[in-house]
Amino acid sequence: MNQPLVQVEQLSIGYTTRQGAVRPVLRDVSLTLERGTTLGLVGESGCGKSTLSMSLLAHLRSGSRVFGGQVQVNGTNVFALDRTALEQLRGRQVGFVPQNASQALTPTMRIGAQATESLTLHRGLDTAAAHQRVTELFQRMRLPQPEALLQRYPHELSGGQQQRVVIAMALARQPDLLVLDEPTTGLDVTTQAHVLHLLQTITHEYGMTMLYVSHDLEVVAQVSDLVAVMYAGEVVEMAPVDRLFSQPCHPYTLGLLASLPRITQTTLPRPIPGHPPAPHEARAACAFAPRCAFATQQCQNEVPALSTVEQSPGRMHQVRCHHWQHVIQYEATIPHNGRSAPREPVDTLHDRTHALLTLQDVAVTYARPRLLDRLRQRPQPPATVERVSLAVQRGETLALVGESGSGKTTLLRAVAGLKSPSAGNITFGDLDLTIPVDRRSREIRRVIQIIFQNPDASLNPRQTVGQILQQPLRLYFDRDPAQYQEHIRLLLEQVRLAPHYERRFPSQLSGGEKQRVAIARAFAANPELVLCDEVTSALDVSVQSAVLEVLTDLQNRQGVTYLFITHNLAVVRAIADRVAVLYHGRLCEVGAVAQLAAAPWHPYTETLLGAVLAPEPGAPPRLLARDVPDPAPPARGCPFQRRCPRHLGPICNEDPPPWHTTDSGQRILCHIAPHDLEQRQTAEASLAFARD
Amino acid sequence: MAAIPTTDGHHAAPNVLVTIWQNLRCSPSGSIGLLIVAAHLILAVISPWIVPHDPTAFDSQAILQAPSATYLFGTDHLGRDVFSRTLMGGQIALMVTMISIVISVAWGGLLGILLGLMGGWLDEAIMRLVDAIRAIPEMLFLLLIAGIVGTENGILILALGFLYGVEVIRIARSATLSVVAQDFVLAARARGESRRTIVLRELLPNVFDVLLVEGALRWSYMLLVFSALSFLGFGVTPPTPDWGVMIAQNRTTFGIAPWATFFPSCD
Amino acid sequence: MLYMIVRRFLWSLIVFTLVSVVVFTLVELLPGDAATAYLGRNATPERLALVRSELGLDRPAPERFVAWVGGILHGDLGTSLSQRQPVGDLVWGRLRNSLLIGLIAAVISIPLSLLLGVIAGLNRDRWPDSILSIISLISMSLPEFVIGTLLIFVFSLQFGLLPAVTIIDDTAPLNELLPYTILPVITLTLIICGYLLRIMRTSIIDALRSEHVQMAELKGLPALRVVLWHALPGALLPAVTASALVLAYMIGNLVVIEAVFNYPGLGTLALNAIQDRDLPLVQAIVLVLAGCYLLINLLADIITFMLNPRLRTLRAG
Repeated sequence: MNQPLVQVEQLSIGYTTRQGAVRPVLRDVSLTLERGTTLGLVGESGCGKSTLSMSLLAHLRSGSRVFGGQVQVNGTNVFALDRTALEQLRGRQVGFVPQNASQALTPTMRIGAQATESLTLHRGLDTAAAHQRVTELFQRMRLPQPEALLQRYPHELSGGQQQRVVIAMALARQPDLLVLDEPTTGLDVTTQAHVLHLLQTITHEYGMTMLYVSHDLEVVAQVSDLVAVMYAGEVVEMAPVDRLFSQPCHPYTLGLLASLPRITQTTLPRPIPGHPPAPHEARAACAFAPRCAFATQQCQNEVPALSTVEQSPGRMHQVRCHHWQHVIQYEATIPHNGRSAPREPVDTLHDRTHALLTLQDVAVTYARPRLLDRLRQRPQPPATVERVSLAVQRGETLALVGESGSGKTTLLRAVAGLKSPSAGNITFGDLDLTIPVDRRSREIRRVIQIIFQNPDASLNPRQTVGQILQQPLRLYFDRDPAQYQEHIRLLLEQVRLAPHYERRFPSQLSGGEKQRVAIARAFAANPELVLCDEVTSALDVSVQSAVLEVLTDLQNRQGVTYLFITHNLAVVRAIADRVAVLYHGRLCEVGAVAQLAAAPWHPYTETLLGAVLAPEPGAPPRLLARDVPDPAPPARGCPFQRRCPRHLGPICNEDPPPWHTTDSGQRILCHIAPHDLEQRQTAEASLAFARD
Repeated sequence: MAAIPTTDGHHAAPNVLVTIWQNLRCSPSGSIGLLIVAAHLILAVISPWIVPHDPTAFDSQAILQAPSATYLFGTDHLGRDVFSRTLMGGQIALMVTMISIVISVAWGGLLGILLGLMGGWLDEAIMRLVDAIRAIPEMLFLLLIAGIVGTENGILILALGFLYGVEVIRIARSATLSVVAQDFVLAARARGESRRTIVLRELLPNVFDVLLVEGALRWSYMLLVFSALSFLGFGVTPPTPDWGVMIAQNRTTFGIAPWATFFPSCD
Repeated sequence: MLYMIVRRFLWSLIVFTLVSVVVFTLVELLPGDAATAYLGRNATPERLALVRSELGLDRPAPERFVAWVGGILHGDLGTSLSQRQPVGDLVWGRLRNSLLIGLIAAVISIPLSLLLGVIAGLNRDRWPDSILSIISLISMSLPEFVIGTLLIFVFSLQFGLLPAVTIIDDTAPLNELLPYTILPVITLTLIICGYLLRIMRTSIIDALRSEHVQMAELKGLPALRVVLWHALPGALLPAVTASALVLAYMIGNLVVIEAVFNYPGLGTLALNAIQDRDLPLVQAIVLVLAGCYLLINLLADIITFMLNPRLRTLRAG
């Protein structure tokens, strides 16, 4: 058989609104997927990549229909199949791995029953053989106790385990094609690196063909042979992975690559202006034209055809742009990483006298000791956050880094006065911050502001942007309401929003715009310390850097101090001065961001750095720590003992490690002295970001 | 990804009334509830103007007449026009229901929001009390009040308003809890807004429509309860026309004059 | 799980105690007392005093409450004023009759409405759904006494198939009572189905939209297996709660339904007691019915625990 496994021909999918308007979600998409290759499908939220991937299984969202074109798998048009044939297709030929494993597993069925049902049905295995096959794959996916796992329910597994189960379920059927829809999004970086690694090894071994959907260029760079970039329902560029990353021809691809924060870069990435169109928005002939630096009148009037940049077999490079030749030239003349100006370094790193915010031995616990447990003298569960000592200097950006559950947000809320610490001191200048927010003075409340992760939730849906921005003004400044107008206009301008946004409701804004309103609200108070809780993690890449830009811009102008929480080390590199690494609510390392570039690191920092994916093909992550779920901090010894790649032995399990301070002021909590750490760490292969 | 919005509400301003309307439209029982409320209100307002006969007038010449051009729904055992009585029969029931709903939503909503905000042992204690009151069969509760205290409208309104307010507490409390957990309330707390501002500006606008929907949904239910009370002889006192009373009175003559019972049923 | 059930049971007991407090306080708060209520217009100071001392009403309220509760714990529900006999004797026989129609109706209507709800949900917006929706709408918006009256008209008066009203002693053996239960049971079934069907329809539609059902479809499972294994178990959870709710509603409206058919159950007893202003009897009936309500809810919660693996696998503490 010489025909390709999958052929998508001029596929258009969409829905019709109640008013009868036609809204295409996919426009005229054509793709070919050869056997044994992996196609990465990238694009931002709403670009139609999920719709496209599901169409390979002949699945349409309710209300959607095929306007035109067809999808062929193994030479058959999948949308023309009857029920039984469709079940055969899904059961045997095309396997699917969803994004959200916790939602995709049926909560009322045991793992074993769910994993084996389609095997017995479509592969003709008896129950024992099916169990055997699934157990084997569970083992390959390094799930603990695969036999016992069959009897478990989904909720008894951690997120990473659920994702592995879902992947193993799809692999067990040995389909010809595996469709993966963001299978690692939502996992911690280390877990993601492990899952990707396993996935690649196994699929490679089976010679499986994959369609890998992701918003994440870094992930796509690791797994794909071929990459298709989608924008507003169209495939705008398609090329072999190395070619796409080294020589992008579409302005959108170029912009996406430039907007990525990279762990190798200490400067802010360059954002793409504007935001992607919603399906119903009116658009130019080329959907990207409004955001494009290369756009001309032609882009407004003439739908760009798919041009072929390179035609040699297996190296096919296509792009949907009128001006792709200009893009290539631009690429040649301007250095690859032409970015915005680097941040002014803050020269107060070790100056204790300038400490704006000081945390001393802070502990926060959510567990309330029950009367019964106290009477029985049961040991209390370890606190969520413990023994955290930090000083944040005036005017700097301190990044607080850690995986989910590391207590970053808890710590931030303690500073904000939303959750009282159970021990230790928090001071702001010489003012006490251990008291809850409602007992703080108006002045303290004003100078400390917080920006939340999800702007959808942090803005009241019933208030206009103007009303939202008025609240801090009314609260902190006894000013005449007549003056609000001017002030609000100014605030909007600071976050680069036009004045007419004042009358809009949050539901009328895009994600990036909402987050800017949230930033404007924080800055309306004219604060000194702004607490940022994962402020860009809910945003698309192309928008993320614009928000980061607004933040640094405000800092340069107003000299505010940021306590910046994130799980993304590349973002840390781009905007922070210093970094503090948290594991299970315990600090592991505090130091200047520049010190991330070279050893020594705390073993946990080293693990995190190793797991960071680079947006370049052929640069796999380093897997250091064992990927075992570690639900609660240990009662004794080092908090990282269970996963540590540099574990020394009993001492790590028994004794609390000491703080070591290096000559450059970096603090590391480890039994191994920084000098020894450095020796061991440099002896090994270079890390992800030390590559170039 | 690629979320398909079902409505094109992206650029419509989320006016409170619009949201309520959308919420109601989303739940079929909500839209039916609203339809019934509207129909009842129209009926109540226009009936006094369109009734062809005095609903309380006897006509000894026309006892138990079958539906005809003069008596659209026929007459009952006292010769009263069933059509007129049917039209007017809702007046008291609708008034009682309306006032009771306003009372129950007002006090139940207020208490529910407060409890949701405060939490703690008081919340816990009051919710247990609410559980206990809900365990008492409502019809018996109402009958007890009506039987012992009296069947005046004022008393029934208070009893109904109290009883359903207890239901509203739960609804309002859980709606509040879901709003309080949101980041924008947390943001207001972090800003140091007063409790009053948080309730008035952040919570109420988001809980209010839940309460209104609840009120509309309760409407026909309460009407049923009230007519059942009348049916049992504890609601509206004869000879005032009322749907429940009419059915009860005409049951005995059902065999010979089904119209007298049937038409009032189809309010 | 056992821990959860025990805990839930203890909560029910606490609530039940609260119910008794509420019932007692309610009667206390009403103007007048059992004596004035009972004697009505015949009340003279002497007679009042006589009845009061007879009933122990001259003692302070807390003392009477303790005595009342103490009596209940010993199985003594007090003495009926109008019938001059122990409340317990009156209540238990009637409770049997009410339970009879309630249980038959529940056994028929719950499985039936779940089945119909699933049918409606699977055929969303097609004719089976529309027909069922209209039926349920009618049965929900008509008062139960209207449904009852219509049934009497059709089955008893027009066709003479079934007895219209019960003309039998309330202590009659079950087999003699059975024919009289048919119409009340049909009425109850109609009401329960109307409500429960809609709930089940909604929850099956929600379940079909969920990601795990979509995933099951994408695994190539046949539709029947998807519905039975992946959609239904989760969709049953809200239906269980709703069943408890509708049964509880039924307890509340027993009065009306029994009155329509003059059926000798607790409801008619309560109605008579209220008309006779027999407060001890009313108190006892309210307490018994509240107990049934709590029992139904307890049962529903236990079933929920068993259906939901998340709760089932929960450990104590």
